[in-house]
Amino acid sequence: MRYAVFEQKPISSLVPANRVVLHMFDKTAKNLVLTIQDYSLFSYHAVRNLFRPPIYWPEFLVQSDVIGFGSAAIVLLSGFFTGGVLALQSAATLSEFGASAMTGRFVSLTMIRELGPVLTGIMVSGRNASSMASELGSMVVTEQIDAMRALGVDPMRKLVTPRVCSCVAMLFFLTIVADAFGIIGGAGVTVFLNHQDGTQYFSKAWEALRYPDIIQGLVKPLFSGFIIASIGCFYGMRTTGGTEGVGRSTIQAVVNASVLIILVDFLITRVLLSVFPPL
Amino acid sequence: MIERSAAAHPAPSPSGATPFGQILAVAADAGPAVAFRNVSISFAGPPVLDNVSFSVAPGETRILLGPAGVGKSVLLKLANGLLSPDEGSIRLLGEEIAHMGEEELFALRSRVGMVFQESALFDSLTVRDNVAYQLIGERVPDDEIDARVLEALTFVGLADTFSYFPGSLSGGMRRRVAIARALIHHPDLVLYDSPTGGLDPVTSTTIVELIMKQRDVSRTPSILVTHRLQDAFTLSTHRYDAEKGGMVALPEDETDPGTTYLMMEEGRLIFDGSIHDLVHSQDPFVKEFLE
Repeated sequence: MRYAVFEQKPISSLVPANRVVLHMFDKTAKNLVLTIQDYSLFSYHAVRNLFRPPIYWPEFLVQSDVIGFGSAAIVLLSGFFTGGVLALQSAATLSEFGASAMTGRFVSLTMIRELGPVLTGIMVSGRNASSMASELGSMVVTEQIDAMRALGVDPMRKLVTPRVCSCVAMLFFLTIVADAFGIIGGAGVTVFLNHQDGTQYFSKAWEALRYPDIIQGLVKPLFSGFIIASIGCFYGMRTTGGTEGVGRSTIQAVVNASVLIILVDFLITRVLLSVFPPL
Repeated sequence: MIERSAAAHPAPSPSGATPFGQILAVAADAGPAVAFRNVSISFAGPPVLDNVSFSVAPGETRILLGPAGVGKSVLLKLANGLLSPDEGSIRLLGEEIAHMGEEELFALRSRVGMVFQESALFDSLTVRDNVAYQLIGERVPDDEIDARVLEALTFVGLADTFSYFPGSLSGGMRRRVAIARALIHHPDLVLYDSPTGGLDPVTSTTIVELIMKQRDVSRTPSILVTHRLQDAFTLSTHRYDAEKGGMVALPEDETDPGTTYLMMEEGRLIFDGSIHDLVHSQDPFVKEFLE
């Protein structure tokens, strides 16, 4: 796939400053539009390959292992301690209103609806979007991607589609793990540090949950998973400029994936709150 | 210096399965393996290739000379459909590929062997899996894969590296594995992108001997990109002796007629002809390059 790049022409020092700024703005805007166009086409091809053979099933399993099992530890730990921090912070505030018994409700709702999906997305993005961008970027600069094409294998089918699909599936399950360990972490703090009743914590956590909360929490990772893998692969596959370019692609992948996860999280929350309004 | 008679050569090979080391005949009326017509391409700047036209006849080895950065590798990638030209026509194995879709190109590329500049072996796969990459994709039975990989590795003299990873091989060995990978599918055309670049003279000679072996034994048409005149002239002045198992020098006044030369300067093709024409060229750039 070839990507259009705008020619960078030197601007004469005689050109007024406002023209220089306008030119830079024009160039940046055009490059942004082209990048979005390329990313849209890239994502379309990645998804379309799911419905057209050949499909490299073993690659799906390998990537599921790398993304899912490989990220389990960081997701589990970050979920556990985030739940703990939530319990610590909320208990003090809630006790001012005589509502410290609501800690379980606060932790479970916050973890399941918001922090679980977003935190998992950010953690997995830091680990996997970077590894995808650097791995594919290295393959591009060492001509391994060209070699694959020359050997009659489509790199999109072999490398990108399995990563995207595995990441979507694994992020779904990793988010559940993060939610569960977040609630357990909150319980640990509630029982052992705040010296409250564990049964009350879990019953409040359970009572507060409604199906819309769970739907909201489980829809978000589907989008986050797609963003992580597609952005990671996209920047990896368009790497130019040798090893320095690989580093640049890795940074762009992590930064853009993380920002997009939070942006999409906001949009999904807005949409789902209008579909399932709070009671 | 006179050209060696064509009759002294075994006939070139046809498309299809050609066991390593077996001489085959080719249809005399077969069209060119590759034909460029007025091909131009640029990447956000001046043209990398400007109005390039040439062809590769069946059984012919074309050596593409020129300094670094004149567009030799780009030309090779265009020949294999890895890049699309901005203008012009490219026919590969009888099919127009200039505007062919990637899906159709995959089938055509499987008939072409390509050796990349830095070998481009897959680091995470063993030598066996690298060489067999195409066969694994075609779901060839494991026993047959092992036999064919061993045959290809024996051809390049690396049968004992079967289960090694590329990281444990030297630069020269990696190139030879890359050649084995390009040849295992018995291609109808082989593209060599600077196969001796960055190698020591002894290893370079080994690689040149392999290219010569493929040229003289299987008669596969090929394009060889290089900026090393010594390698290029060795291919013209030597032939592979199957009985001796190595290359031997042709008589002093003979050259290989199937090995011809192209030279590029800043994206333009400035020379197309035999070694005799090359060494007697009056073009200042050609003369300077040869000197």
